Amino acid sequence: MSKSANTLKERKQMNSNTVLLLITIALFVVLYAAGCVAYGSKGFTNLQTFLNILRSNAGLICVACGMTCVMLTGGIDISVGSLVAMDCMLLAYGMSNWHLSAPVMCLLVLAIGLVFGLVQGFCVGYLEIQPFIVSMAGMFFARGMTAVISTDQLSITADVNQTFYDWSSFRIYLPFGGVPNRKGVVIMPYFGSGVVIALVVLVVIFLMLRYTKFGRSLYAVGGSAQSAAMMGLNVKKTQLKAYVLCSVLTSIGGICYCMNTMSASVSQATGLEMQAIASSVIGGTLLTGGVGNVIGTLFGVLINGTISAIVQTNGKLASSWPNILTAALLCFFIVLQSIFALLKERKK
Amino acid sequence: MEDNVVLTMRGICMTFPGVKALDNVDFTLRKGEIHALMGENGAGKSTLIKCLTGINDFEAGEIHVDGVEGKVKNHSTLDAQNVGISTVYQEVNLCPNLSVAENLFIGREPMTPFHTIDRRTMIRKADELTKRLDIRVDVTQNLENYSLAIQQMIAIARAVDTNCKVLILDEPTSSLDDSEVEKLFRMMTSLKEQGVGIIFVTHFLEQVYAVCDRITVLRNGTLVGEYPIADLPRVKLVAAMMGKDFDDLADIRPEGFTSHADAEMVIDAKGLSHKGTIKPFDIELHRGEVIGLTGLLGSGRSELARAIYGADKAQTGTLKVKGKEVKINHPIDAIHLGMGMLPDDRKAEGIIGDLSVRENIILALQARMGMFKQMSRAKQEEIADEYIKVLQIKTASRETPISQLSGGNQQKAILGRWLATDPDFLILDEPTRGIDIGTKTEIQKLIIQLAGEGKSVMFISSEIEEMLRTCNRMAVLRDGAKVGELDGELTQERVMSAIAGGAKE
Amino acid sequence: MSLKKITSHKMFLPVFCMILVLCANMIYDASQGSDFYEFFKVGITNGYLSGRLVNILNRGSETAILAVGMTLVVSASAGTDISVGSVMALCASVCCVILAGPAAPQATELAAPLIVGVLGGIAIGALCGAFNGALVAYLNIQPMVATLILWTAARATGLLVCNNLIVYVRNDTFGILGGFIGMFPTPILVAAIVIAAVALLLKLSAMGLYVQSVGINKKASRIAGLNSKRIIFLCYLLCGVCAAIAGVVASSRITSADSNNIGLNYELDAILAVALGGNSLGGGRFNLAGSIIGAYTIQAITTTMYNMKISTAVTPVFKAIVVIVIVAIQAPPVKAWFKKLSARNASASAKGVANA
Repeated sequence: MSKSANTLKERKQMNSNTVLLLITIALFVVLYAAGCVAYGSKGFTNLQTFLNILRSNAGLICVACGMTCVMLTGGIDISVGSLVAMDCMLLAYGMSNWHLSAPVMCLLVLAIGLVFGLVQGFCVGYLEIQPFIVSMAGMFFARGMTAVISTDQLSITADVNQTFYDWSSFRIYLPFGGVPNRKGVVIMPYFGSGVVIALVVLVVIFLMLRYTKFGRSLYAVGGSAQSAAMMGLNVKKTQLKAYVLCSVLTSIGGICYCMNTMSASVSQATGLEMQAIASSVIGGTLLTGGVGNVIGTLFGVLINGTISAIVQTNGKLASSWPNILTAALLCFFIVLQSIFALLKERKK
Repeated sequence: MEDNVVLTMRGICMTFPGVKALDNVDFTLRKGEIHALMGENGAGKSTLIKCLTGINDFEAGEIHVDGVEGKVKNHSTLDAQNVGISTVYQEVNLCPNLSVAENLFIGREPMTPFHTIDRRTMIRKADELTKRLDIRVDVTQNLENYSLAIQQMIAIARAVDTNCKVLILDEPTSSLDDSEVEKLFRMMTSLKEQGVGIIFVTHFLEQVYAVCDRITVLRNGTLVGEYPIADLPRVKLVAAMMGKDFDDLADIRPEGFTSHADAEMVIDAKGLSHKGTIKPFDIELHRGEVIGLTGLLGSGRSELARAIYGADKAQTGTLKVKGKEVKINHPIDAIHLGMGMLPDDRKAEGIIGDLSVRENIILALQARMGMFKQMSRAKQEEIADEYIKVLQIKTASRETPISQLSGGNQQKAILGRWLATDPDFLILDEPTRGIDIGTKTEIQKLIIQLAGEGKSVMFISSEIEEMLRTCNRMAVLRDGAKVGELDGELTQERVMSAIAGGAKE
Repeated sequence: MSLKKITSHKMFLPVFCMILVLCANMIYDASQGSDFYEFFKVGITNGYLSGRLVNILNRGSETAILAVGMTLVVSASAGTDISVGSVMALCASVCCVILAGPAAPQATELAAPLIVGVLGGIAIGALCGAFNGALVAYLNIQPMVATLILWTAARATGLLVCNNLIVYVRNDTFGILGGFIGMFPTPILVAAIVIAAVALLLKLSAMGLYVQSVGINKKASRIAGLNSKRIIFLCYLLCGVCAAIAGVVASSRITSADSNNIGLNYELDAILAVALGGNSLGGGRFNLAGSIIGAYTIQAITTTMYNMKISTAVTPVFKAIVVIVIVAIQAPPVKAWFKKLSARNASASAKGVANA
């Protein structure tokens, strides 16, 4: 009896959301395996290739985690790309022109993220303005402010700020998986501080979403704001906090992004918001809110990264293919989600 | 306050703009009883409940709750929960995307010393709670995986677990099937034995007699009375709910009922149904006939009409219009066949709020003509003016947004919309609800006049009086099925006993 | 009382914003020592009409064309089509590639008649619109999410079509669309034709009534016999066509298809134009004339900034502030707060009377 009950349980657990997450993970594995088979000779099978995907997308992971939190409440934040640009510009300008130390600049960037999130969150939660419009204004504002700080192309070199340069070039080598380079010196696979930050953010957000009152209330608000209010949750405050969290995570992502590029320009990180949204959606986060988690988002980012890596390794494919493939995947997942939603409705 | 009384409401008054929603209403709930609150639409049931739970702000009267000093005045559902009043609504107010355990404990989760949610304790407690109430669920599963009945019970479990003395169940059974209702009743009975006072709002008579101890009846915002269940047989209950307010309408009567059996058949439906709302039914309608659909709210009277009109596409059966078999997939198909429907929810399905009276009136006619054959502005104005005049719609101008009109005038404008299409068959679902007595009379006269012109009308109303005055024939519905037809001499007694049904036991 | 009547008029917001921008211009001009009516001066330079006003009308054409489609989309579906900028780039690419033919990426002779290229671009735009419309109307996907797909894909596909190069069509015939007919700027003419065509469609058919009806109350419209889904679909289709026309004009202006830059951020301008036009982004009643004035106002803001020697890169800051202020005024809690405030004033004065 208990056994049959267990199998019943197991079968039930396979709900549509789990299916979506599994599809995402399977897709990543298939893509990566395809890359390995096709471009094995070009070094795609090296562990370093995978770590490079992580390295170049560390900032995006942080941003996408924040985006997932906002999307869980049923909202959206398209200002993140511009905010990252503003963060990078501020870091570069502050360090080169005001000669402030790296920790101070990082704290300043985080503080700006906090204020930015507070304003957006207030507009969404308490003024009940559509999230898209609020964050569109945020997007304009941050991009414009980037230009106000400086319209030049700035780069951060060791001369500009030694500390930040050291942070950026900091490498952790893995004790295995080394590959000899052309000169025959074995180079161990490595990753940088950005990856460490991104993974810490990922773990913290994962735990927060699962084990804290705030994390669960994000899901509750996204599932049904009315019910959440009826059950005594403060919906407005939860929304406000979600946007603050997103903007702060975006600022952390901005620092990672800056460590990766070591430069700043007005047109930096354009389209990053859509990459973050696409990663979340591909990772199984519903745009209607209430469903999703950051593990899926991580795989969403990795899928994006793998597509870019494959296109890069191939070398002959046009650079627009990653975007087209991402859009195709996005389309696939959105249609899949809507079909699941329709089926669910029909069952009722 | 008596010993075993948990809740008393005295002299509650509440007005909405222009309407006295509650007039000096009293209500008493005792410990360990299930108390039915009955009344037709607009009787004030939900207003009374909302006054109790702090959603509405009542103007006069007082509420006392056992164990709370002094008068109670709630300002939100949270306030109400704090004094021990919990409500479970028809639409489950839980989060479908969270697990059962989370839904039971969200907002008051057990915490670990590290300020994180103690999931294990939460699941254990949830398990205990559901076991105690005999709900068989796996509390780690998402709520959406369970049937509505289970969700309803979990909502009740949550309510009960927050130290509740008064449990309000607002139409909890309207989307449940028989076996699910049975389960819910078992749970209600066991809660009653634990001493919880339950207010049960429903429109299913069977269910009232199955579980309730006492009935309070409201009508038009006033208290009709409080009765022990044994003192109020079904027919009397229906009479108490529907009332017998004879008024100046009594003198309108159709000029003698003629038999319409030999007139041309306009509608001939066989076995139409829509899953979940109306079981298969047959209905016939002749030229110049007014058929009334009667039954309590939720009995399927609107749903029957909607299935014919294609508002909810019929899934089985055949429909013949004027002898020709037709398929209606969409309301526009029905309009092309000469039908029209005035829906019961005027705000959600009737008026297009921001559009002007003119646009609202010509909309259906324009829809029938098609998008590219626009009526000239002059023609539109002519039609709008005509119906504003004929129906005496009181509006500042024909360009006033319809949302600024009073309910009765909005209703007349929608009626005008359908009259403008010159339909052969018109469905009027609660055309007189919530509108003043004068307008009611006009609409009733209009129905008879339309029938005289050879149109067929399907008339749905909660007021038996006006149906008796206007209908040639009545179809009776109960619990989502058509259970019979009445023709010949229609009397209030006959209709009421037919609605109450199953009173033989 | 009459003031209230003016402020509640549907054209109040767009006209007010326009006047504000004009005043800013006049004050600036006067302070710079030029004539205060400098703004309105129309002259002829190099045989073409010139002047700030002409410039604004000319440069604002694309936004105005997009705003026409966007207005309908917002009205019918209570959502926005964020793919229009991307679709512009794609249509421009397709049009240029057809016109350049095998000579790409640098053609001086047209490989196909101009009309074929233009129609090709418009057909692609219609296809994009139909794709968006199908997702929104028939699969019930939120408009923003549905259009996100083409937002990403269309521009990238445009690059692909052009083989990742900028395709130049250095041909005078093609250049006319974005250039001048005689001394008159063609884009103004194109915008006028699009606006007139749509206005005529709305005037002669019942489409305007249908769109608003569906946008206000989808359920009631269905009962009244409208096919809500088809109407929403049509709006997106039309929006796609508008984006295509704007794209062709934009590429003709620079006689090339630069997928990376054509239509960049235009979706935001178009949405802003709709909001500035006094339309609720929650759908329903629309005001086409307002949206068009809104579109030109945005261009006027940009031109004014340029004129005041403020970097174009900074302009977004002002746009952001304008957007937030406009939407915040319309936000329900703010409105409720204003109402409460005026009610309190009223009751306070009433009490005063009663006490007296």
